[in-house]
Formats: sequence, structure tokens, C-alpha cells
Amino acid sequence: MTRFVNKKIAQLPYSGIRKFFDLAGGMKGVISLGVGEPDFITPWHICEAGIYSLEKGYTNYTSNCGLEELRREISRYLLRRYGLHYDYVNEIVVTVGASEAIDIALRCVLEPGDEVIIPEPCFVSYKPCAAMAGGVVKTIATRESDSFKLRPEDLEKAITPRSKVLLLCYPNNPTGAVMTEKELQSIAEVAAKYDLLVIADEIYSELTYEGEHVSFASLPGMKERTVLINGFSKSFAMTGWRIGYAAAPAEIAAAMLKIHQYTVMCAPIMGQMAAIEALKNGEGEIKKMVLLYNQRRSLIVNGLNRAGLPCFEPKGAFYAFPSIKATGMSSQEFCEKLLKEEKVAVVPGDAFGECGEGYIRCSYAASTEQIVEALSRIEKFVERHAKRQRAVYAVR
Amino acid sequence: MDDRKIKLLQALEHNHRISVGTLATMLNLTEKEVNDLIKEMEDVKIIQGYVTLIDWEKAGQNNNVTALIDVKITPQRDVGFDVIAERICRFPEVTSVYLMSGGYDLSVMVEGTSLKQVAFFVSEKLATMENVQSTATHFVLKKYKQNGIVFNDDKKDHRLVISP
Repeated sequence: MTRFVNKKIAQLPYSGIRKFFDLAGGMKGVISLGVGEPDFITPWHICEAGIYSLEKGYTNYTSNCGLEELRREISRYLLRRYGLHYDYVNEIVVTVGASEAIDIALRCVLEPGDEVIIPEPCFVSYKPCAAMAGGVVKTIATRESDSFKLRPEDLEKAITPRSKVLLLCYPNNPTGAVMTEKELQSIAEVAAKYDLLVIADEIYSELTYEGEHVSFASLPGMKERTVLINGFSKSFAMTGWRIGYAAAPAEIAAAMLKIHQYTVMCAPIMGQMAAIEALKNGEGEIKKMVLLYNQRRSLIVNGLNRAGLPCFEPKGAFYAFPSIKATGMSSQEFCEKLLKEEKVAVVPGDAFGECGEGYIRCSYAASTEQIVEALSRIEKFVERHAKRQRAVYAVR
Repeated sequence: MDDRKIKLLQALEHNHRISVGTLATMLNLTEKEVNDLIKEMEDVKIIQGYVTLIDWEKAGQNNNVTALIDVKITPQRDVGFDVIAERICRFPEVTSVYLMSGGYDLSVMVEGTSLKQVAFFVSEKLATMENVQSTATHFVLKKYKQNGIVFNDDKKDHRLVISP
């Protein structure tokens, strides 16, 4: 009954990841480096807080913007970790994962035809969410030679009189790129010059391996033009709990709250109760996980380089984004063959934007043993195909 | 302490079978550095040893008996509990010895092939030692978790194979 489906939605493509998921889903014995979530289960004290909340009978709705205690803890956390001052009463909204926050932030600011500038490669939801909210997407290709950071001059070039929103995600999924305070400052200057609203998706902020994460909202003058989005999924290994939040100037937070209140009402209460425990007592657990991610980061980056897939050093998140250009294959072809021949699942880079073509995303949210085994399979695969490619050239 | 050593210990703590090559790659060290540092830490006994945690029951060799024994001691002048603790450590059937706060002094873990053997050890060897005032023996019925490892833990990965 496609005639009933809205045209805009009908034209919206499925995520490139979804397609690949169907391919890998049925296979046995697959080692997956294709997963965009921690391999740790939620620290036990946090699970326990969720369980206790059920035992105590907390099965009700919460206030639309989230439990007061949770918002207060979020406000404290943002101050403690990033030096940010957000009023828990009217500047913080607890959402169903950071994903919802991205959606409602875009929906509450975009007028039809407003342009949303999105540096690529990027998380798969940004472009569809912006389009569904009536925005016009303008992408900016970031380059490996810049360690996939956004250049202020590229941003400036992309700006038109209709530009309204810049969507930033650092540490970045899928590249693992981070931006320093100085680099963000140069972006901030452009944002101020052209009066852009910045939606800063900082969901990977805790997974920063060199230096400290700098929140975009903490830069001088930026808080008033930033919607900061963060959550518990990546930092506390709480993906399934679906708790995220947005911190924004009161007027924007109020507008977001309207959509939130009419669409999801509130985030699930047991997740919110667990999140309170995470913020109160969970930072030690983050440190433990970061230590392990960091060990695996060196392992996978060095291993990929050794396997003949040059890989820039990712300084955040849990992804390596090596180039596969030397193999002569497209990202899709590489990933399909790697899956079929060696049973290793990785994600083709073009799923994150056109400029991701020629790259693959390898998640190191996997055990050391799995990473070592996957790397040895990738090495075999690359070697075999390099030989074939040489043979092809010889015949020519 | 050398930062490299701490990183190495953190990597080895829960898995000492990880290869030198992998360790070197993980920690951005050379294999020679890894070997030298491990050797050095073994020599100064920072690394005390390597053990394998075995579920003997699963291996079908479930006739071992473990007991935790609370031991009260009369401490000795100048050396306190150390001399007697060290003496208890010498018995091969003793698998661990801790000095405790609270109602008793030493917590001694003993392993034997039968209840009788452990009981014999306690009554003949341990309780009869000079300075041992009393013992209370508790037999282990089932092992759920040891050295941070949950026995029979279902470590299934519930995640989707691919996710954004």
C-alpha cells in the first residue's frame, strides 16, 4: 500500500548499515568489528539501581523533562567534567537516547528549507533526521589528511543565507577523530560570524584517549548557540537503557520539550533511575573501560597498518577508520568479500557519507582475542587480494 | 613506578597468556621491551606467578574438598603473627593464608582429596601447632566465583552483529 506512504519517507533510503546487517545476520562464526556499542555490559551497580527501582514500584511516568534528581546530577556532571553551567530546572531535557535528542533538536529549530551543515563521514541518522524535519542537508567532506577534522574554511564555503544549523560530532563516529579546543574555537568563530546554531553530539565525550574532551558549549559565547547532546549509552555501556539528554538555552529546551512531551511523554523511569546511579558512582567504571579501549585501540591501529590498510590514529570513540584504497575495491565490495571469505564483519565507510568511500569502520568494542583473530583474517584477506590485483596488472 | 610497567601489569592481570607480540602492539612497546620488563618484574617478585583457574568439577575430577579455616593465634613477641603464618604456608595442602581483622586471626584455605584428609590436617597439623589457640573449619559446598571469574558465566554477546 505504498500509495499511503508519505513521499518524503518513501524516498528516504534505508541506512547502509541495515543492508549490511541483513547480510551478516544469518552467518555463523562471524567475528564482528561492526558493532557501534560497547562490548561491556552495564556495570552491575547501575543495573542494580534499575532493578531496585522496579522492586520499589517505580513503574510510572516521570515529569516530561525527566526526574529532577537525574537532571540535577546531569547538571553537576556537566559542570564537573566540562566546566558547563546548565540549570537543571529549564535547560536540560532527558530523552530516549541521544538519538531522540538529535531528532527533536532539529525539528524544533528548522523551518522548511533551512540548511543543516553536516561534516561527513558521520553517524547515519543525521541526514535523514534533518531531512525529515524539513531541512536541506549540506554536507562537508572531511579528509583523512586533516585527521577528519572540520576545517573552518570548508565550513565557511558551505554557508549560504539559508544556513541555520551546524551539526558536530566529536569524538566522531565512524572516524574516531577528535577536535582540540583551538580547532573548535576556529569553528566557533565561523558559527558566531554567520549566526549558526550548533548541535553538538558529544555522546563519545568520555571515550577520549589523549587530552581532555572539550565541550563545544564551553567555548566563549557558544553556550547560547549550542544544543549539547550527550547520554549514557557509550560512556556507561548503557545502550539498551535508552537514556540521553540535551542541554540547551532555556527557549530551545522549552521548544524541544514540547515535541518530546507530545511524542514520547518521558524517557523510561527505570533507565532514569539507573542513570542517576551511573552519574553518582559510575566514573570509576568509565576509567576501567577507557583503559581497556585504549589498549585495544593501539592493537587495532597497529594491526591494520601492518595488514596493509593504512589507518590514521583515532583519538576518541571506539572506531578505527582505515583506508582500503590500496586494495582497488570499493568499500561495499571489500566488506562483502571480507565477510564471505573470512567471516569478519566491518562496516563500509560509504554508509557514513560519500566521502567515506575507500574506508571501512572497524569497531574495537570487542575482546582482545577477537581483535587479534579478526586482524589476522584481515591480513590474510588483504594479502590474497593484493596478489590477485598484481596478477591482473601483470596480464594487462 | 615506570608507566610502561603499570600498563603491562594492567594488560596481564586478567590474561597472562596474551602473546608478547600482542602486548607489544597494544602498548606501543617493542617485543624486547615487553620481555625485559616482564623478566624484571618477575625477578623482583612484582609478578608473583601465573596460575590457571580450573573448574575441576567440570573436568570430572570433582573429588577435591576445600575448607576455609578460621584460626586464632597467640602472637609472639617481636614477630607477631608472621612466623606462625609462614609456617602454615609451608604445608602444600594450604592454598592461601590471610591475616584478618575481627574475631579470629588467620584465614587459612586448605584443599584435600577428601573430607577426612582435610579434617586430619586440621586436627593433627594445624590445631596442634604451638600458639594456635583454636580453629573453626568451614567446608566449601559450591564455588560460584573465584579470582574475579564467575564459574559457568554465560558470556554470550547479545549485541547485533552490525549496528550504527
